[in-house]
Parts: sequence; C-alpha cells; structure tokens
Amino acid sequence: MFPKWFGEWNKKNAKDIYGPAILVGTLGGAVFFAALLVSWGQPLATDSLQTGPRGTGMSVAEFKADLARPDPAIIEIIQSDPLPPEPGEELAGDIYENVQVLGDLTDANFNRLMAAMTQWVSPDQGCAYCHGDGGVETYGEDLLYTKIVARRMIQMTQNINENWDGHVNANKEVGVTCMTCHRGQNVPQNIWFKVGPVNESMAGWSAIQNRATNISQSTSLPSDALEKYLLEYEQINVHDLESRVESLPGDPRIQETERTYSLMNYFSNALGVNCVFCHNSRAFYDVGQVTPQWATASLGIAMVQELNNDYLVPLQDQYPEHRLGPVFGDAPKAACKTCHQGYQQPLQGTNVIADWPELATSGAPVYE
Amino acid sequence: MAEYQNIFTQVQVRGPIEWGTDNEFNLAEERVGKPGFSSLFGWIGNAQLGPVYLGTYGVVSIACLIIWFNIIGISMLSQVGWSIPEFLRQLFWLALEPPGPEYGLRMPPLNDGGWFIIAGFFFLVSLGAWFLRTYTLAQSHKMGKHLAWAFLALVWLIAVLGLIRPVLMGSWSEAVPYGIFPHLDWTTAFSIRYGNLYYNPFHCLSIVFLYGSVLLFAMHGGTILAVTRFGGDRELEQIYDRGTASERAALFWRWTMGFNATMEGIHRWAWWFAVLTPITGGIGILLTGTVVDNWFIWAQEHNFAPMYDGSYGYADYGSYEAFIGQEN
Repeated sequence: MFPKWFGEWNKKNAKDIYGPAILVGTLGGAVFFAALLVSWGQPLATDSLQTGPRGTGMSVAEFKADLARPDPAIIEIIQSDPLPPEPGEELAGDIYENVQVLGDLTDANFNRLMAAMTQWVSPDQGCAYCHGDGGVETYGEDLLYTKIVARRMIQMTQNINENWDGHVNANKEVGVTCMTCHRGQNVPQNIWFKVGPVNESMAGWSAIQNRATNISQSTSLPSDALEKYLLEYEQINVHDLESRVESLPGDPRIQETERTYSLMNYFSNALGVNCVFCHNSRAFYDVGQVTPQWATASLGIAMVQELNNDYLVPLQDQYPEHRLGPVFGDAPKAACKTCHQGYQQPLQGTNVIADWPELATSGAPVYE
Repeated sequence: MAEYQNIFTQVQVRGPIEWGTDNEFNLAEERVGKPGFSSLFGWIGNAQLGPVYLGTYGVVSIACLIIWFNIIGISMLSQVGWSIPEFLRQLFWLALEPPGPEYGLRMPPLNDGGWFIIAGFFFLVSLGAWFLRTYTLAQSHKMGKHLAWAFLALVWLIAVLGLIRPVLMGSWSEAVPYGIFPHLDWTTAFSIRYGNLYYNPFHCLSIVFLYGSVLLFAMHGGTILAVTRFGGDRELEQIYDRGTASERAALFWRWTMGFNATMEGIHRWAWWFAVLTPITGGIGILLTGTVVDNWFIWAQEHNFAPMYDGSYGYADYGSYEAFIGQEN
C-alpha cells in the first residue's frame, strides 16, 4: 500500500503509538464525559415514589425529565363555568324534541354541553357528526349511529361519575367526561378488540399466545387476557392460600397465571406504573401486603366489566362496519388505558367534572 | 517476543495430526471426519479439528435431537403461515406449547400440544442416548464416569420439568414450552402460581451451587493461571508430584482465608457444585405443586419470611401531586 522507502523508514524509526494512544484516549474520554456530566448534569436522573415499607423495595421510578413535563392533554381541557338555572327557566326537554338523557338541563347549559362535546369528540366535523347535515330542524331525529352511540355514552359517563365514585374519585374529585377518553377524536385511541387465535394452524392454548400483539403488550403472553377478565368475568385468582392443599380438577394452573400476568402487564403499561405500585411482589396474592391502589384497581376491574357488558358491547348493531373489530367484527371495548393513557390518574388527576355537573349524575344536575 | 499463554493462545503448536488411542474396542475404525487444523479454533483451544467418534448412541442422539429441533422449528413456521420473514421477526416470541390442562395425560390433537409430546419424546431419547454415549466412551477410554454422571444430573432436571412433574400433576400442560420468551413466561408464572419460588429452599440451594460454581471456576482458573509460570498448568503432574506451583497456590489461599483446597480436591469441589445445581433445582421443582402449593406461606410457617413494618401505599411517604411536581 505504501511505497517501499516508507516501509523501510518506518521499520527503522519504530515507535509504539498504540500504548500512548489508548492511554490518552481513555483518559481524555473520561475527562470529557466527566466535564459533560458536571456542566450539564445527569441526563437520565430519576425520581421515585415509595409505595411500601422500607426493606421491601416498593417504589415507582420515573425519569425526572418525564415528571417535569405535564400530560400535554391537560391544556386541551375546556374551561367553562356552569350556568346555575334561574327560577322558572325552561328546560331542554321541553324546548327540543327527543331529548332523552339531558332533558333536565336549562337551554344555556344544554348548549354549553353540546358545544363542549363537539370539541371533545368531533372538532373537525362539528355538530353534523351526530346530527347530520339536515339543519337545526332535524336535530331531534336519530338519523345517525353516532347520535345513538353518543346518547349511550352520556349515560355511561353519568353512570361512572355517579356509581363508580370509589374508583374515579378514589383520591379526590376528578370525575370523567367525554374528554377523558376521546381527547378530540371520534374514536378514543386506546380501545380494544378481540384478536382471537393469533397463531395459524394451532388450536387451544397454543393458538392464543406467543405473538407480539397490542393486547399482549408485545410480550409472548396470552392475547386473550382482556377478553377473559374484563369482558367474560373470569376470576383473577391463581394462588393457593395454604402452604399445602389438595389439587382439585379445575384449580387454576400455570395457564391462568400467564393470562393474569398478561393482564397485569397491560395494567402496568396503561398506568405507567410497575407491579409494586399495588402489590408487594414477594407475595402478589396477599391482601395484607397490598396498597390502597390495589383496592382502587380492583374496583376498576369491576367497573370496566360493567362498562363493556352493559354499555359498549350492546351497541354492536349500531356501528357501521368500519368501526368494528378487524378480526371478529366486535364492538369497540374499553379498559384501563382508554382513560388512563399512561398516567396513574387520567390527565394526571386533573378535576374534569367540576365544570360539568350535567355529566356527574343521571338525574337533574346539581349546581352549587 | 511471542509468548505461550493458556487462554487465547497466541502461539499455535502444530505437529502431525494426533490420532489418539486405538485399543481393543476398535475406536479408530469408527472415527469419522478428515482431521484438519483451524487457526480460529487454535485461538481458543486446540487447533486440531476432528476426527469424531460417533458410535451408535451418538448417531441415535444426534438424529433424535435433529428431529426434536425440526418439529419445533416447523411448528413455529406453520404458526406464522410459512412466512420466513415473519418467522425471523417473531422467532423469540414463537413456541411449541404443551397441551392445555383439559387433556390431562391423554394424547392431544397434533396442533394442540400433540407435536409437543412427540418432540419431547425425541428430546428425552436424544438426551438418554447422549448419556450412554458419554458413559460408553469413557468406559472404552478406561476413564472414570464423572462426565456421564454430570450429564445425567442435567437430564434429571430436564426430566423433572418435562416428564416426572407433569405425570405427578396429572397433566402434560405443566411442561415447559419450547420457545425463547415463552419458556421465560412459564418460569415467571410457575414462581407466581406457587407463591414465589424464591422461598423454596431447594431453589435457594440451587442458586448457591450455581453461583458457587461460578466462584470456584474463577478461583481455580485464576489460581492455575497465576502459577502457570511455575508449571502449575500441568495439573496432573502437580497432583502426583507436588511442585513449587502447587505450594505457592496452596499458600496463597491458606494465607488469604486460612484454608486451601488440594490440587486434586479442587476438581471434586467444582464437580459437585456443578452437579448439585441441577440436582437440587430439580428437587425444588418436583416438590412444587405436588407437595407444597404456596412457598411464601410455607416460609411463613417455617419462620423465615419476616414481615416488614410500615404502611402500604404512597400516601404515607409522599403524594402523587408532589411526585409530578404539581403541588401548590
């Protein structure tokens, strides 16, 4: 490669350049990174929230950079003061036709809520998304599936705020509105569908796992966990509560444990927490070693089961085909992530219900 | 200057091909493969590659292992619709699963665990044949059978996981799936289902022997390398005619920790630690679900699972609002 004279010169003037180069490189690199760290600080600093007694290692860790950035959706929450009704003010049920769920509202609050719902659910399409293009005189008619679904969703929201107070207001008044799930989109982002057998040419236990799917959180765990536990009321109960018991047919086995583990993975990712947010991981089953958040989450499971079975699945026949699941054509369903979207408390615990007493109860709204 | 080192040998000593013994068992006739030299192999060990002695057991073992491996691979390929790219993409997720619990110890349909049973059969035959191969080969070399028994310890653990325990539990569904991530899922689920395997004393013992093996390996390797300059790497000579290398190595450990193994005994330490790892592990797994159903409660009953004082939940240690920096 090099001319001959260079080779000869090189041989005569042999010098070990590798020794000093490695030394200088190592030391120089160390100094460089030390200077970076000192001047800019630790880029991956973490903070942790202790969740259990000292010695158990129970804590939830987060990057400080993530903690410093509030949920970007919070600024999209609509600020709108409720309008306490004047005595004798006419109600929406009397003014408009076919008002089935919000009839107890005054006209002002009714329109205030309708405008907000448009922002929450169909900011691009506007009122026409539910009411059609026929003009105000046809607004009373149930022309579109969107209006029928929206009515049921209002009832669902009222039900959550009214009857699942123990879950949604476990820490403080937070409540839910359409915004909690929709975030300005026609269909909430984090809904789920049945995915069924995920492997070809297999049956049974072999067919429903070992694929990186959305529902399995990209693990090889079973992909039917949400379906079994949040729709079909299957028991989350895999342990024996005595050290030695007789095994009986029908006792939970490793398969149920794996399915539960899949569900718990979903929980963790939906809330941005780890196992020890709720459990002491040395004894997952022991209700004597769980946090209050475990109880809140247990209520949440029951709540989601009700929402899916009483509200979401029965809407099956209302939806057009493109709103149904890709594999089974099933109705879209909710679970933890639909509201939580990666946060311990949806919208980081921002109180969204205070401005909307109309959605807080299925009865006549109470203004303070 | 070139120098001779034990590991990552820089000088490769090469003579004529070494054929080894040819005794009354006609070993030479059954050796296969044309021997040659590989510089690459010479870097990490002996540069000579081959010949190999296969024998009947070797052929049976390798054939069965290939069948086992192919059943798994082809099943995985069929699960992704025979798509090679998808097979590669999902390789770590895919598995050949045991049948579901509903089949008990019956033979399930091929696509619902049947292939798993067949593959498992070939796997066990392969392991058994390999054990016999190591045993008979040691026999014909007039060696001790230490390697065969050590391999049998591994076979014990595998047999407990895939044969003995499932039979005792009355269901093939208890067996471990063949797959990269799926067998880890099984491991986690197995621990959680039976109330935390870390409280299983035999699991503890297995960990002790596993980590102990690592420690002994490092201590022994380090010691011998350190006295190689005095001829310490000629371990056999040092065993029957103790030289200064042995003396120094022994003195080093005696002065360091008051006790030293012997040139011969250290190999017994290493062998037993390695062999006890799967033996104790297998016992621990065999007891789980058959004898003990919740190891944490079992540990509480035997007073070695202390309770920790303090409250559960973050409320007593801070607040969510403070954590996310929204406290006013």
